[in-house]
Amino acid sequence: MSSTPGEITYSGLWKNNVALVQLLGLCPLLAVTSTTINGIGLGLATLITLVLSNSLVSAIRNVVRSEVRLPVFVLIIASIVTIIELTMKAWFYDLFLVLGIFIPLIVTNCSIIGRAEGFASKNPVAASALDGFMMGLGFLIVLTILGMLREVIGFGTILANADLMFGEGAKALRITLSDDYGGFLLAVLPPGAFFGLAFLIVGKNLIEKRIKQPIRSVSAEPVATT
Amino acid sequence: MTTPSSPYITPSASTNRLMLNVIIALVPGSIAYIWFFGVGLIVNLIFAIGFALLFETAILLLRKRPLKPYLTDYSAIVTAWLFALCIPMHSPWWLIAVGIGFAMIAGKHLYGGLGFNPFNPAMVGYVVLLISFPVEMTTWYLPLQISADSLNIVQAFSYTLGLVDIQQWDALTSATPLDQYKTSLGLNMMISEIKQSPVFGDFAGVGWEWIANWWFIGGLYLIFTKTIRWHIPVMVILGMLIFSVSFYIVDPDSVASPGFQLFSGGLMLGAFFIATDPVTASTTVKGRLIYGFMIGALIFVIRRWGGYPDGVAFAVLLANMSVPLIDYYTQPRVFGVNPPEDH
Repeated sequence: MSSTPGEITYSGLWKNNVALVQLLGLCPLLAVTSTTINGIGLGLATLITLVLSNSLVSAIRNVVRSEVRLPVFVLIIASIVTIIELTMKAWFYDLFLVLGIFIPLIVTNCSIIGRAEGFASKNPVAASALDGFMMGLGFLIVLTILGMLREVIGFGTILANADLMFGEGAKALRITLSDDYGGFLLAVLPPGAFFGLAFLIVGKNLIEKRIKQPIRSVSAEPVATT
Repeated sequence: MTTPSSPYITPSASTNRLMLNVIIALVPGSIAYIWFFGVGLIVNLIFAIGFALLFETAILLLRKRPLKPYLTDYSAIVTAWLFALCIPMHSPWWLIAVGIGFAMIAGKHLYGGLGFNPFNPAMVGYVVLLISFPVEMTTWYLPLQISADSLNIVQAFSYTLGLVDIQQWDALTSATPLDQYKTSLGLNMMISEIKQSPVFGDFAGVGWEWIANWWFIGGLYLIFTKTIRWHIPVMVILGMLIFSVSFYIVDPDSVASPGFQLFSGGLMLGAFFIATDPVTASTTVKGRLIYGFMIGALIFVIRRWGGYPDGVAFAVLLANMSVPLIDYYTQPRVFGVNPPEDH
């Protein structure tokens, strides 16, 4: 049952990537990735939630009876998300305002209860924490790339509003590609999220296809019958 | 000796022939368009068709499909032509490129190419532009008959390519009649007051009413040559008429007259040329009636209560979306199979 750290990392970042392969947590993924910073913000919050919930669930896995495990998991996840929400309210209030309802909604992100049930409840604490971290990192990376794509196409900038997260000094991080770029609104609107995610999935599948090239076992010739 | 198998009567209409018929039917209306609004349409057409063939070639190469049959079946040209008629004249070249790109790539080829696309490609391209570039897509020009000046073909070309400053022709732009209705009604003006505006002609917009008339005649040609069946256009018009007449009777002060509704915006073009796209329309007789009525009704609903002045593109796309459902429930009974229960 136990996996090596290498396998956990590969699975979280690539093979079972939450956003690209499991297609879980699509609601926040599609809703908040209109800019890079929003994507990073939600991705980080999800990552922290995943690490904490996986560790806690794993720590109590031998104490909780299996009949009541799901309510207990939900309780743990909800407490963690509440802590994160309050933390964000205290230190990243502007970012909290932008992400709004999607922070409390992390509770309902299927990937978190999915990892708790599918991995953390059967594995030791260290492996579970690593799994949570890698799954969260995979999600964070996809959110960031998608946010970046949509921001570049939609507004022609990268990392605008970085000060919401990193303080006033981060305003310099903003990259404006072209000053007279009018913006392609579609990318920022909901359809842009669907198109963007679809193209990312296509990209991943293409890369996988390139890696394991020629396995052409199916013969094109009809099977001869006698 | 070999026995031929069915079908014994091969259909004479090919994709080429159908699409060529559509183009022939589009010509009179397009000439009327140029007569009333100037040569900008020619530039639109050249750019749209050019980009359409370019994108089609590129994606066919990418998909490793044969070029000749797909490039010579005129389907890309019909899409580009309809698209060029929908967008405002004197649009910048990149606007046309983005719209046509979306139409050909996302609207058509990502679904598997001609015959597999659930949505009308021209409308996909147009709607993408409409929601992405509201400023460029609402810059319409006055009909020549009431306009102070007009662009010649060289000016129109350089304007589209962005070679000349666009400010000097700003005075020639104006809201379309439908747009005028929408904004003026929002200001609580009465129909009789709105009609004082010079963009209104005998019963619809100056120019627009006659262009719509020619689309109607082109549509009759399509029906006459059996390129399309009568069900969809008739039901689009009927759907619009039922709604607009009943609302007009109740409240003639704030509802545009049915004649105006029928002959403005894209209704006639949509009814005969866009809604009838054989790939994306319903394929059963009963289904066509429902599909057409749905489009007509939706156009009225969007014009009356929606955020956009005209709703042909949205209505067509929404109806396209419902086609699989409509077709599923309107399958004609195959003779001898599942006989209806006796009563």
